Amino acid sequence: MKTIRTFLTACLIFLTEVNGLLSVAVASDKINVLNGAGATFPYPVYAQWAHKYEKLTKMRLNYQAIGSGGGIAQIKAKTVDFGASDAPLKQKELNAAGLLQFPMIIGGVVPVFNLKGFKSGQIKLSARNLVDMYLGKIKKWNDSAIAENNPGIDLPDKAITTVHRADGSGTTWIFSNYLSKVSAEWKEKVGFGKALRWPDANSIAGKGNEGVATFVKKVDGAIGYVEYAYALQNRIPYVKLQNKAGQYVSPSIESFQAAAVNADWENASGFYLVLTDQPGNETWPISGASFILMYKKQNDAAKAKAVLEFFDWCYKHGADLAKELDYVPMPETVVDLVESTWKKEITANNKPVWK
Amino acid sequence: MRIFKETSTQNSLDTLFKTLTMASAVVILIIMAALVMELLQSSSLSIKKFGIGFFCSNIWDPVRQVFGAASSIYGTLVSTFIAMVIAVPLSLLIAMFLVELMPQSISKWIGMAIELLAAVPSIIYGMWGLFVFAPFMAGTVQPFMRNIFGDIGLFSGPPIGIGMLTAGIILAFMILPFITAVVRDVFQMVPSVVKESAHGMGSTLWEVTRKVTVKYGFQGVIGAAFLGLGRAIGETMAVTFVIGNSHRISASLFAPANSITATLANEFAEASEPIYLSALIELGLVLFLMTIIIQVLSRTWLRRVKKSMGVQ
Repeated sequence: MKTIRTFLTACLIFLTEVNGLLSVAVASDKINVLNGAGATFPYPVYAQWAHKYEKLTKMRLNYQAIGSGGGIAQIKAKTVDFGASDAPLKQKELNAAGLLQFPMIIGGVVPVFNLKGFKSGQIKLSARNLVDMYLGKIKKWNDSAIAENNPGIDLPDKAITTVHRADGSGTTWIFSNYLSKVSAEWKEKVGFGKALRWPDANSIAGKGNEGVATFVKKVDGAIGYVEYAYALQNRIPYVKLQNKAGQYVSPSIESFQAAAVNADWENASGFYLVLTDQPGNETWPISGASFILMYKKQNDAAKAKAVLEFFDWCYKHGADLAKELDYVPMPETVVDLVESTWKKEITANNKPVWK
Repeated sequence: MRIFKETSTQNSLDTLFKTLTMASAVVILIIMAALVMELLQSSSLSIKKFGIGFFCSNIWDPVRQVFGAASSIYGTLVSTFIAMVIAVPLSLLIAMFLVELMPQSISKWIGMAIELLAAVPSIIYGMWGLFVFAPFMAGTVQPFMRNIFGDIGLFSGPPIGIGMLTAGIILAFMILPFITAVVRDVFQMVPSVVKESAHGMGSTLWEVTRKVTVKYGFQGVIGAAFLGLGRAIGETMAVTFVIGNSHRISASLFAPANSITATLANEFAEASEPIYLSALIELGLVLFLMTIIIQVLSRTWLRRVKKSMGVQ
């Protein structure tokens, strides 16, 4: 009898709890939660922005880092207020779904290596070198094609092991997009995507940035690619890469931002622009923006406005927070372009949401 | 009067109990049917496009959207095979030792330790495999094997520590406690009367173990092995960590490979094209079919063995 009573009390308490929660949810007619889902790459910075923004405005942002593919599916199913994707969608796909896309934050992909006795930035590679390594054509570090770019450096007779991502990822998308741009052979044989059919028979795959980094650190003679923030925080040696202008550059916030500034956003329809192999002397050749997806025709003007207000705050006040986390904020010129697009394209009941 | 009342409630309780149990059993069937339907429906795109070639082709190219599952299927089969070859004899030996040779008081504690091992989450095995076991394989086992056999065939390739063999061994560690725990219970259930009579007839301990304990518990042992097999074939996280995730079929045991579950775990989240998603789901369907085939084969084989051994 006693146990039954305890059980009933427990049930009662539970019901009151649930009831309490429900009444809270119902009482707040005002919008105080925004929902988004998608790319994992920008998740740390979105989470920081959301945290700070909630402190300032009491507006909560729920961002689920389920992957770009998931983000696209979720926004198409209209279960979230915005989606996020590392790879931009083509204008055709955007139009078919009635979506608008705009770049939010920039990140870079950095080739990292492990060669006994060599430190960060001590090895210079041309685009051709990188492609041929991943094609399995250059097999040794002392190959004449690499030595040509590194005069006066004694490269060891060490086999090259290429490391790539095992999981589908935006990082692979950006990296392979770069390889496709600089090499017709890569474009024809492999192409670009979130997951690839890797041609080098000696390549190994790790899951996530940490998986790739682990293998690069462990295998002497390895070369891999990881996100800039990850390489920096874990102090993995990176290579200097030759950009489109022929200069050897190191990855840095400045060189990523140079890629964004020098890119031709004005003529990129639907902001479909990948920041790989962009012009400019300072430009790091493998950068990419992470994108936000929203519906052009919104049902709820107040909610759409709240979402845009958050992104506006991120653009204007989130730069320092992003830099702290080693992400690159969008340059002002691009922000202006994005916000003028909001004015033109995002409407609720045929009225523009953003003024 | 009182008696009558009690039987009536008893009857209605019985009916309730019957309905409840039957409903629960039916739920299993419904879930199974729904699962098969869903798998078939979602993979229809890929089945139509690639047909039987899906099983024979080794090409897994998400960019051109051409998908063949041969490398994943091969990886699942071989890694599971390695795991079984290591785990089954080992767990039989452990169980024999626990039941026949060790004093009850100590055996109980070891038994508990084994059950605890079975409760370790698979991601822990995976991380241990990647950070502790893989370097050991790369630094010690692989160079040792290469010194003996040379850099050819089964043992060729650079010593990177991850690949088919590492995955198989980690899988063996994972299923070992399961098989051992069940086999130990099976051996303990052999009536001591039977064993004592064998001893009484002058049999040695080895003879009793081999001819009485193992034979008596044979069905249970096979059951335990298939329990382990079922777990090994569907294991995901640990394998993903150490198998190398490369869509290639290689003769070398040290080469990176792939399994169905690892492919699914790696690629599902970012697969946005319909045909890609469909191919991944077909992989799931293949795994499901493999499990069913193993079930059926094991049942028929067990029946034949039982007949030839003269057990009922």
